[in-house]
Amino acid sequence: MVDRIADPWGERTPYGPGQEWPVRVDRYLADGRGDADVDRWVQSASVLHSNGDALDIGVAEGRIVGVRGRAVDRINRGRVDPKDLYGWQANHSPDRLTRPLVRDGDRLVETDWDTAMGRIVSRSKELLDGPGGWGHFGFYTTGQLFLEEYYALGVIGKAGLGTPHMDGNTRLCTATAAAALKASFGTDGQPGSYTDVDHCDAIALWGHNVAETQTVLWMRMLDRRRGPNPPTMLAVDPRATPVAREADVHLAVRNGTNVALMNGLLREIIRRGWYDHDYVDAHTLGFDELCRITDGYPPQRVADICDVPAADVERAAELLGTSQRLLSTVLQGFYQSNQATAAACAVNNLHLLRGMIGRPGAGIYQMNGQPTAQNTRETGADGDLPGLRNWDNERHIEELARLWNVDMDTIPHWAPPTHAMQIFRYAEQGSIKLLWISATNPAVSLPDLSRIRRILKQPELFVVVQDLFRTETAELADVVLPAATWGEKTGTFTSVDRTVHISDKAVDPPGEARSDLDIFLDYARRMNFRDRDGQPLIDWSGPEEVFEAWKECSRGRPCDYTGITYEKLRGGSGIQWPCTDEHPDGTERLYTDGTFNTDPDYCETFGQDLVTGAEFTEPEYRAKEPNGRAFLHTVDYQPSPEVPDEEHPLLLTTGRTVYQFHTRTKTGRAPQLNQAAPDVWVEFNAADAARFGIVEGDLVGVSSARGAIQARARLCGIRPGVVFLPFHYGYFDQDPADRTPRAANELTITAWDPVSKQPLFKVAAVAVTKLADGRGVPSPAPTVGGSAPPADADVPPTVGGPAAEATSGKE
Amino acid sequence: MHLAHYLGLLHRAQVNLADAFRQVADAHAEEPDIEHLCQQQAKRCDAYAEQLHPFVVRYSEDAPDEPDRLYSQLFTGTRTGGIGLLRDLQDLYLMAAECDITWTVVGQAAYGVRDKDLLAVVRRCEGETAIQLKWLRTRMKAAAPQALVVAD
Repeated sequence: MVDRIADPWGERTPYGPGQEWPVRVDRYLADGRGDADVDRWVQSASVLHSNGDALDIGVAEGRIVGVRGRAVDRINRGRVDPKDLYGWQANHSPDRLTRPLVRDGDRLVETDWDTAMGRIVSRSKELLDGPGGWGHFGFYTTGQLFLEEYYALGVIGKAGLGTPHMDGNTRLCTATAAAALKASFGTDGQPGSYTDVDHCDAIALWGHNVAETQTVLWMRMLDRRRGPNPPTMLAVDPRATPVAREADVHLAVRNGTNVALMNGLLREIIRRGWYDHDYVDAHTLGFDELCRITDGYPPQRVADICDVPAADVERAAELLGTSQRLLSTVLQGFYQSNQATAAACAVNNLHLLRGMIGRPGAGIYQMNGQPTAQNTRETGADGDLPGLRNWDNERHIEELARLWNVDMDTIPHWAPPTHAMQIFRYAEQGSIKLLWISATNPAVSLPDLSRIRRILKQPELFVVVQDLFRTETAELADVVLPAATWGEKTGTFTSVDRTVHISDKAVDPPGEARSDLDIFLDYARRMNFRDRDGQPLIDWSGPEEVFEAWKECSRGRPCDYTGITYEKLRGGSGIQWPCTDEHPDGTERLYTDGTFNTDPDYCETFGQDLVTGAEFTEPEYRAKEPNGRAFLHTVDYQPSPEVPDEEHPLLLTTGRTVYQFHTRTKTGRAPQLNQAAPDVWVEFNAADAARFGIVEGDLVGVSSARGAIQARARLCGIRPGVVFLPFHYGYFDQDPADRTPRAANELTITAWDPVSKQPLFKVAAVAVTKLADGRGVPSPAPTVGGSAPPADADVPPTVGGPAAEATSGKE
Repeated sequence: MHLAHYLGLLHRAQVNLADAFRQVADAHAEEPDIEHLCQQQAKRCDAYAEQLHPFVVRYSEDAPDEPDRLYSQLFTGTRTGGIGLLRDLQDLYLMAAECDITWTVVGQAAYGVRDKDLLAVVRRCEGETAIQLKWLRTRMKAAAPQALVVAD
């Protein structure tokens, strides 16, 4: 038995380059049950992070009793992340919403579905009546629903109501990944495959604490590191994460300076002749401009801007430049930081310069934070159009209009779809009057929370919240709809490396809770949306019908699903799109021949200026004559919109712990996970702590220009000048009479990347003060992960005990 | 030779544009992208003016008296609200357009005097001014339907 709280990554199964990753089946059944106590296993995949691990849900007496990894799966080969191992227990929480709620003065009261939907529909019809009525609607969804639900929502919004104001909380996690892939390669879609870990000889982790965010992917990397001929490893992160501790070179850069670092690394690689001249010549555009800009970043200048040793910059460049099969993975350290899209594009540049794309081991993961983020990007429930279409390409809009049988003018395409932060701004100004929030908790997860609460509380704004629990956001809603969750409904979702999995319904949802798809379809029926011929716009009744409709929408586009069926997904191990008649088993890697999706008639964007976000026009794009070549985009480094000053001398970075996900809606209700990381903490470097007279466990006030919180100090390996807060902690499980501010987003700045519009969560300037002595009691920070204290600190280790015992491998 | 006058005109236009960008940034600080990007563009305009300055000085030695009515006023202060933002961005657009065409004119003169240094400055700044115009157009296109058709 393995305590997967104490050891989130479990036992090593080392393997060598080119070998198949050995199987290790992880399993956790609650209440001392064994396999014999399970009635049936129902196929699914992980829903508490973006890895895409396949697992089976164990059912007994009509209830979920545990999970086990799917040995046949190409992504996890049987392994399960601790969040998935224990997180399903939240499905059974006694505080699940079981009936709709409506606002009655300052209270939410239970009601029936007819009343709740009736209120939404009557308000909707009132708002839709008149010119510009579409503009009163805003939809803010998630990275947690299924593909079918997003596609239905996308059609409702774009063809039914005709509003461009639709986005997901994927804006907070994955918008930059999408923007960088589009900018460099022409369309969204991950070039590589998770199997690149099996083949690579170097791994670079750019602002990606994969050990805590996607533990199974980290297990794969660790198993390569423990096997013969292991890959070298580079980590870029201001914290001493498990990744940084494992890496051969760790660059603990000052937050917000990624572009300077990348420019410096690219300059070294060009100067030392480590780039692939022939590949660059044949398959890229923009090399001269890239040379001109990166030339201004010699190692010493990079060292000054990023505050890392110049020699380490040179070592990192050598590691990258001399590898034969380089794998890169990028996440929030780049995406939620200053110059996000430019920094992410620079990673693409690295791979293009070295010709490290489209072959085994030469992969790029522009990651997602969330399990189904890829689907929002594909289906048009976020700030993209369905089928990775280009909003500025009239022919693409015509295709959609034909598909949905609506007028082209119905589909908003005069500008890019509205991004989340702008949706909230329109709500703040009062032009958006109905805001429908599904499966996300902006009252904890968006920047500058006092502003977000103020917006959601505005009496003129009609707020619909669709969720499992009375979240901090639901408390501010006018109508709350109880939703079914993972395990209680059927649908598909797609991981970072384009692998599509099915998740089948294992049990019934509690009470009157309904699947998100049923709720959206019910709304469409009640709104009576019609197509051009007066027929119902939406006549689907279940997920498989929606999936079949989606396949038509994806036909001929990069994310072609036409070769996939529910039948084919069941029993198997996930299929990578594009999957067509010609490629019935899917496609492992894109761009294998160095031809990119940059054809003007096919591409998803005509491009943007990476400094301002200015959109280029179709004629301007055509004039570049890309001819299937990829773009090398490079910009100069510019400081963040907020930098430390005398009043706020430290930089704040926020992030995740291995045990919690999002705002703990589910993980906070799973006992093993909750106990492992029960409360907020703040991380200090020892030198900073000494300067402020702070020791382990002290209660510290952290404040920015937006707000202030309290947290107990953890002294650990974070870089000097930077403090870290986990972003998970809100207020749902605190006594209202005894609440202390603790959400990291009370402090963060309302600012976003000009291209991806992803908020800058990692560059707020803060001040700290000691509020109370810890009296020797350590902070609630886990000893596992980035918050691990030094070996000689007197902090008891984080363990799960008997309740966390899981089986692994042959057990 | 009248090049000094046009250099002076361009220099002043860039200084005025920088100032207008700052005023719009302050007036619309509740639109975080406007604030941030206008401040950023203001700094760019400062840099252009700075790069022009040595040429203003160099060519002023040959300059006759300044002709009348060379300067025009395009910006008279900011407004508030959604439509106010649109109008302010439109003012910035016109000012940037004036800079843009003036760079072109000065660039032509730089050919005439065979001044490679001036031409290098023109080429760099002209390209970035074109981006300013594009950004303003992009932002206005996104904002216009909501401000003009939807907002009360």
